[in-house]
Amino acid sequence: MRRITRIATVGIASAALALSATACGGKKSSDASSSPSESGQKSAAIAYDIGGRGDQSFNDAAYAGLKKAETDLKIKGAEAEPTDGEGEADKVQRLTELARKGNNPVIGVGFAYAPAIKKVAPKFPKTTFGIIDDTSVTGENIANLVFNEEQGSYLAGVAAAKASKTGTVGFIGGVEVPLIKKFEAGFAQGVKDTNPNAKVLSAYLTQPPNFDGFAKPDLGKAAAQGQLDAGADVIYAAAGLAGSGAIEAASAKGKWAIGVDSDQYNQAGLAKYKDSILTSVTKDVSDSVFNLIKSVEDGKPATGEIRYGLDKDGVGLADSNPKYKEMTDVIAAVEKAKADIIAKKITVKTAP
Amino acid sequence: MKKFDKDRLLLAIAGPLLALVSAFVLTMIVLAATGINPIEPLRIMVENGGYEDVQILIVNQAGTYYLAALAVAIGFRMNLFNIGVDGQYRLAAMISAVVGGAIALPGPLHILLIVVVAMLTGAFWAGIAGVLKAKRGVSEVVSTIMLNAIATSLIAWLILPKNLGVQVEGSNDLTTGEIAQSGWFPALSMGDSGEIYGFTFIAFALGVVYWFVLNRTRFGFDLRASGASESAAAASGVDSKKMIITAMLISGAVAGLSGMPVLLGESHTYTLVFPVGVGFTGITIALLGRNSPVGIFFAALLMAFIDKASAGLDTAGYAKEIGTIMKGLIVIAVVVSYELIRRYGIRRQQQKVGEELAAGHAMKTEKEVAA
Repeated sequence: MRRITRIATVGIASAALALSATACGGKKSSDASSSPSESGQKSAAIAYDIGGRGDQSFNDAAYAGLKKAETDLKIKGAEAEPTDGEGEADKVQRLTELARKGNNPVIGVGFAYAPAIKKVAPKFPKTTFGIIDDTSVTGENIANLVFNEEQGSYLAGVAAAKASKTGTVGFIGGVEVPLIKKFEAGFAQGVKDTNPNAKVLSAYLTQPPNFDGFAKPDLGKAAAQGQLDAGADVIYAAAGLAGSGAIEAASAKGKWAIGVDSDQYNQAGLAKYKDSILTSVTKDVSDSVFNLIKSVEDGKPATGEIRYGLDKDGVGLADSNPKYKEMTDVIAAVEKAKADIIAKKITVKTAP
Repeated sequence: MKKFDKDRLLLAIAGPLLALVSAFVLTMIVLAATGINPIEPLRIMVENGGYEDVQILIVNQAGTYYLAALAVAIGFRMNLFNIGVDGQYRLAAMISAVVGGAIALPGPLHILLIVVVAMLTGAFWAGIAGVLKAKRGVSEVVSTIMLNAIATSLIAWLILPKNLGVQVEGSNDLTTGEIAQSGWFPALSMGDSGEIYGFTFIAFALGVVYWFVLNRTRFGFDLRASGASESAAAASGVDSKKMIITAMLISGAVAGLSGMPVLLGESHTYTLVFPVGVGFTGITIALLGRNSPVGIFFAALLMAFIDKASAGLDTAGYAKEIGTIMKGLIVIAVVVSYELIRRYGIRRQQQKVGEELAAGHAMKTEKEVAA
């Protein structure tokens, strides 16, 4: 008897569960009345990568683009953040909800959104979907916003090789993923092309799916200290928030650090160490987001691959540090390399 | 039929109930203390939980959690703390995705192959900890945590394009190649709102198997006996070392299954962004559900609800981390409240026995007086 009742409980419970999902009237999360499209105001949405707004790096750059669109184009911005450890289904749901609420364009920040956009985009042919750092999904209404990170990193390599006195420079990657390997490849090539005898020390902080390497400054600090002890005197950290630890370590030893994504010399959180930030490899995510929103507003939505390289200033090297500006030989070498890359005299590798 | 014990049932329900109520109250206190309206976020979460597409996400997530929690619970029943469910789950998902992507078989066979490979991989990874414990006395807590880290590195290496991984042209992600359609598990379509993975139903059905094996077989009895008292079990002829290894193998096999709902139902490949942390949530759920298949079922639903219903909080202007706080508080509340209820139960029992003894004694003295 007891056995039957227990089994029955489990059975009834799961049946009830399945029923509750089917029979509750089909109300969906996007049916809520807060839909911006009803108010007549146009709106654009971005869905963040892991870390969300406030990561001082990638997501914040995308947010800056949305913010600019809000003030310049008078549109309403919507944002959505992922939860840790979520799956593809959650991303599909998030994009669907944003699209159904009338946001146009809907931009997925980061390659993780690719499979979800592949599923959602065909269902909303009138909405433009943007994806940053991916060209594997294509469609009439998909705009792939990609960057030549390796070109900016090549310039950083040139600057590092020129500024180094010991002939040893360091590269720190946040998480060992193909995207960060592009940074490493460009950097190493830039160093070697400038000074064939130079040594490039390379380290990655974590392996996926552990993305701490983009988030924990202590990891960056420890790795940088190791490279400094091994004789490196310029360290390039492509590690998001963890890179600030590398900058701190280099600053403590009076050596150079090279920042990434935004111009880190001007970042308030790093003001204490800014004298040690030689330059930063910039990646203009915010402009790419703004341009896509603007193209939709103008009635000519961008589609297909939109590549931001050195030629369009989509990537580049910042020169905010006055000490960097004084190094005329370094600047001359960097400018020459930049011209060569744009003229396609130099092809930068995308994998080490 | 066994007499229905009202007291025991009440005590069994009181534990989780006390934990949940105090966790929710504590969450509201935290919210109020930080100057946030304590009711509104919870109301939004309940509202989110009412939407059909969110419900489908909850059910699917609960299926994954259910399997992970069962894996943990099997260990718990034997007094083994398998913290390695997360590593076993990820490694199993990865290896089975590789095998599934490389081989194409007719429908059911293809799925069966993937599932079996996942179980074997999970069992193998957990088995290492089991053997270490049985042969060398290494604490499974330490070894499984370390195996998690090793699994992370191993997967990162295996998924490199020069090994087993595939980098799709133009993508910055690494995958294991897509599994052919014959290896996709049929799903229950819910129309416009999404679909419930077919494997979710298998997950819940495994709860019945779990209950049956533990409570109605000799093996289950041996397992529970070893968990309750190793020496007593040994005295009654149970080989405890064999039991440790077997329990770890089964726990790992079930952990391996927990990646199947997503792999067979949604992603059809293992990527760098495959969900992580499932094994750790499984520990919370097994604790909250007190290792019972029905308890775990509701606990899994609750955790999935908190996950999915809190995800929409940020669009409403609240931090979605409220959900994380809530989950953390539930863990603390569960541990504290179960201990409180256990002590209360023991005291009550002692009192009862005392009363009965006293009554018996009184009767005896009365008789003596009468005589």
